[in-house]
Amino acid sequence: MKGTTLEGTAALATPADGALQPPRAAVRLFPGPRRRATAPPVETPPEAQAGDPNALEPTIYRFILKHSLTHQLLLLLLTLISFPVLYFSLALPKTIINHAIGGRQFPQTIFGFNLDQISYLLILCGVFLVLVFINGAFKYFINTFKGRLGERMLRRLRFQLYHRMLRFPLAQFSRTSSAQIIPMVTSECESLGGFIGDAFATPAFQGGTLLTIVFFMFMQDPVLGAAAVALYPLQGYLIPKLQRKVNQLGRRRVRTIREVADRLQESASGIVDIHSNDSVKLQLSSFAYLLGTIYDIRFEIYQRKFFIKFLNNFIAQLTPFFFYSIGGYLVIRGNLSFGALVAVLAAYKDLASPWKELLDFYQTKEDSRIKYEQIVEQFQPPGMLDARLQLAEPEKLPPLTGEITVANLSLAEDDSSRILDGVSFTVPINQHIAVVGQSGSGKNELALLLARLIQPTSGRITIGGLEIATLPEAVIGRRIGYVDAAPYLFAGTLRDNLLFALRHIPLRPAEYRGTLAKRRTRQLYEARRSGNLDLDVHADWLDYAGAGVADGKALSQRVTEVLACVDLEEAVYSMGLRWRLDPEAHPEAAARLLEARRALAAGLIEHGIGNLVETYDPERFNLNASVAENLLFGTPIGPAFDFEALAENTYVLDVLTRVGLLDDLVAAGARVAETMIELFAGLPSDHDFFEQFSFISADNLPQFVAIMGRIGKGGTAALSKPDRAKLLSLPFKLIPARHRLDVVDQSMQQRLIEARRAFRTDLPPRVRQQIEFFDPQRYNAAASVQDNILFGKIAYGEAEAPVRIPALLANVVDALSLRQTVIEVGLDYNVGPGGSRLSLAQRQKAAIARAVLKRPALLILNEATSALDGPAQSRVSEGLKQEFAGRGMIWVLHRAGLARNFDRILVFSNGKLEEQGSLSDLEDKGSLISLLMAAE
Amino acid sequence: MSLKQEFELLRRVPIFAEVEPAKLKLLAFMSERVAFDPGKRLMRQGDLGDAAYLIIDGHADVIAETPGGPVVLATLGPNEIVGEMAILGNVPRTATVCAKDRLITLRISREPFMRMVREFPNVAISIMQELAQRLESTNNQLRTAVAEVNRLRETSGIAA
Repeated sequence: MKGTTLEGTAALATPADGALQPPRAAVRLFPGPRRRATAPPVETPPEAQAGDPNALEPTIYRFILKHSLTHQLLLLLLTLISFPVLYFSLALPKTIINHAIGGRQFPQTIFGFNLDQISYLLILCGVFLVLVFINGAFKYFINTFKGRLGERMLRRLRFQLYHRMLRFPLAQFSRTSSAQIIPMVTSECESLGGFIGDAFATPAFQGGTLLTIVFFMFMQDPVLGAAAVALYPLQGYLIPKLQRKVNQLGRRRVRTIREVADRLQESASGIVDIHSNDSVKLQLSSFAYLLGTIYDIRFEIYQRKFFIKFLNNFIAQLTPFFFYSIGGYLVIRGNLSFGALVAVLAAYKDLASPWKELLDFYQTKEDSRIKYEQIVEQFQPPGMLDARLQLAEPEKLPPLTGEITVANLSLAEDDSSRILDGVSFTVPINQHIAVVGQSGSGKNELALLLARLIQPTSGRITIGGLEIATLPEAVIGRRIGYVDAAPYLFAGTLRDNLLFALRHIPLRPAEYRGTLAKRRTRQLYEARRSGNLDLDVHADWLDYAGAGVADGKALSQRVTEVLACVDLEEAVYSMGLRWRLDPEAHPEAAARLLEARRALAAGLIEHGIGNLVETYDPERFNLNASVAENLLFGTPIGPAFDFEALAENTYVLDVLTRVGLLDDLVAAGARVAETMIELFAGLPSDHDFFEQFSFISADNLPQFVAIMGRIGKGGTAALSKPDRAKLLSLPFKLIPARHRLDVVDQSMQQRLIEARRAFRTDLPPRVRQQIEFFDPQRYNAAASVQDNILFGKIAYGEAEAPVRIPALLANVVDALSLRQTVIEVGLDYNVGPGGSRLSLAQRQKAAIARAVLKRPALLILNEATSALDGPAQSRVSEGLKQEFAGRGMIWVLHRAGLARNFDRILVFSNGKLEEQGSLSDLEDKGSLISLLMAAE
Repeated sequence: MSLKQEFELLRRVPIFAEVEPAKLKLLAFMSERVAFDPGKRLMRQGDLGDAAYLIIDGHADVIAETPGGPVVLATLGPNEIVGEMAILGNVPRTATVCAKDRLITLRISREPFMRMVREFPNVAISIMQELAQRLESTNNQLRTAVAEVNRLRETSGIAA
């Protein structure tokens, strides 16, 4: 992405005539049927559901017709063309039997050729074969066509559902849990794709086949034909009747399955509360109850389904009865040729399949119809945001200057209690405004309304003369920053989360060459066929201008600045120390960190604290590292040299045997085991001392007791291989300076260094990539930044080490101007799903940083610092005050006491704006703000 | 110095004398070796303590912070324990302790120690017995001291 230039910006299509209002400049690449692209933009207000061009069709057939009519017609046409072939392939057997086999007039003349009986038979059979082939080819082609059509339509539906979800009013997310939405878009949709391909083609094809066969039968003998279809009306009447009840059950089943999904999510989210209230039994029982409900429904469905099947089969078996009796009678009487009866019987065999297919289709159709309707009804909540407001991409963003005017703003909950009641005020947009009030005063809702995240019941908000209800998200989401008390971070790096606010639209296209270019063209074509938005996710979306910087390098610096502003810089620095740097991607940084390694070593000597870090020396045993670390002298990368499994690694065993260390280490293991048994045997097995201190887990302790018993009888030499491996694993974990067990003596240490050398020299090529050796001259990609600088172990048992080493480290980093580098590494830190690997305070700070980074004209903070402690709170307040000098900030405070240092204070009580003005204006005895401040 | 030697040292400390050997060895194993350079502080008077220190090598000064400046109350050497009251009860440090020369200690943390006391009644009983003896001797000292005070009062003629 580095190679792309800014030229691409100009290529970005914004077909609007520059006007922002109304927001009709919907992103060009959002395709609909071609004719709509030329139609004038519709300028209806967002509330007009009926006029919404993105409204979901109420039934699946309407959906199919609207988006795939031509394809369905094409399919029908293909299907119709295939019928004559089918008819001939049915009629041919009769000619073969009656004329070729049973015929008497030979030679026959066809196209001027005289044919004897055998040649005639072979030619007819050959024609039959060709017809079978053509018939199969038709089926193959039609099936592929249907499959593709179904997939495209499924893609379209899923895309629409997801897009609708993104337009839901916020309240919808508290009404419907995501656990219910997920299966609707994923699994429940799945079968619809298959059905859509079949929607017209299958009934036409199977129905047509059926009719062809029936027609053929009637042509042979009307009575036989009538016999074949005699029972169809009965089935046609009975089956839907029975099916209806199954459908209802199906509906209930879907709803109950959603409840299961819901329950699973609830349990996962509330796991702490379930444990802490001993609620497991209740949870299990209510889950079991749900499963029982599903069982009952499914059982009833089975009963009814199989009854329908039974009835079908029975009726189908009745028909041959008519054939044999009526057909036989007609042949005996001479009213029907034998060949005709065979052909009719053959045809009847073929009749069973389309009839069955038709009935199956009917069941699938009903199933799909219900599913579609059930999904669609969940995706039409009232009050959805207009799709065009979301996708509009105005040519020029309005600057948002002047005043914020709130006029007669009211918000009612379910049309009863008023959360906000007739609020009006006007403030300059560039002031810093504190909003205070007790919880439930409506202050939080005001913040949501100002950021247009919810819609007012009545009243309006204008900013710089622009009514925010009509502004596209492109303006609101870039010009206004909003931070919630419980902000969400996305799984991924911290950097990606911060730059999230700068990725609105692709600005510099990605370059595609050769096959990639072809693939991209195809992807684009398919996306358009399915009505998907086709902006390139691989393009560079970073809006440098939005952040007020020229390029990536300046952006990095700006990010650090912003981190400092929100009091997060120190934390990101610590993350960077603990995180890993990829030296191949950042060779320069790696080289400088090696420099830091040397500087730290020098600093240790200079300050006379060389004893606080035991540096990795290839020729010396490191008392502060484990025996395994001493042996490998490197960081394992893959599973081959995982410390836990080292004692079973054949290569490691081989090396230890060669230096004559294996038996000694096993003996050392026996001594460790002896001590552990002595120390821990008296403890209950669930005691957490095991976890914290023991080399042997409580579960394994009895095994080691048994091994020690065997040693008592026959010595270590008599032990089995697995026993030896178990013992060997113990000294590997040993850190001599820490554990003081005295089992690794000088001689063993010497031989471990020999083993270390041998291990490295003879390392088989296939595992060479599985370990990164400690090398004083090389950056270790597998180790953290801090470990790379220290290049050794902090000494155990030195009271000064935990204070002086981090201080020295910080000095070295600062002296070499590496702080920025370390912060860059920290920004690569993976925050985990939902940012769960950060504390709430860190998440709040990160979210504020994210909002600051896009340089909004107005920053709205909705109790966004509620998790910060006092000093952090003041640092963030001060930082934001400076950062937003000359720009607007509306801060809904979680404590009224924080309202000092604001230009203006709005005091809310019971949904009403009770006081407004500067603190000095308001701060007198008896004012609401004084009471609120005094109450804290 | 190994775990075994530390265990031998611990055993000579009166409050641990009666604790059964396996548990005492476990306590030694869970404790950590901490070294101090000369002049470095182990604890400060008035702070809440979370560990006791058994001196293995070197010497430490016990210092009272008085309004008139610090006063060295005692100098402790190998085999002596300091700060043990902090791990027995939630009391602030009664004095400051500094390393006099290079000092090597065994740091016995409050948390594992209290867990052992709580979970192994034998440990608790032996410590209780030792504390009872201390109390007894303190009482004796107090009695002697009170008698001495009274005697001095009488001889100097001040009314009680």
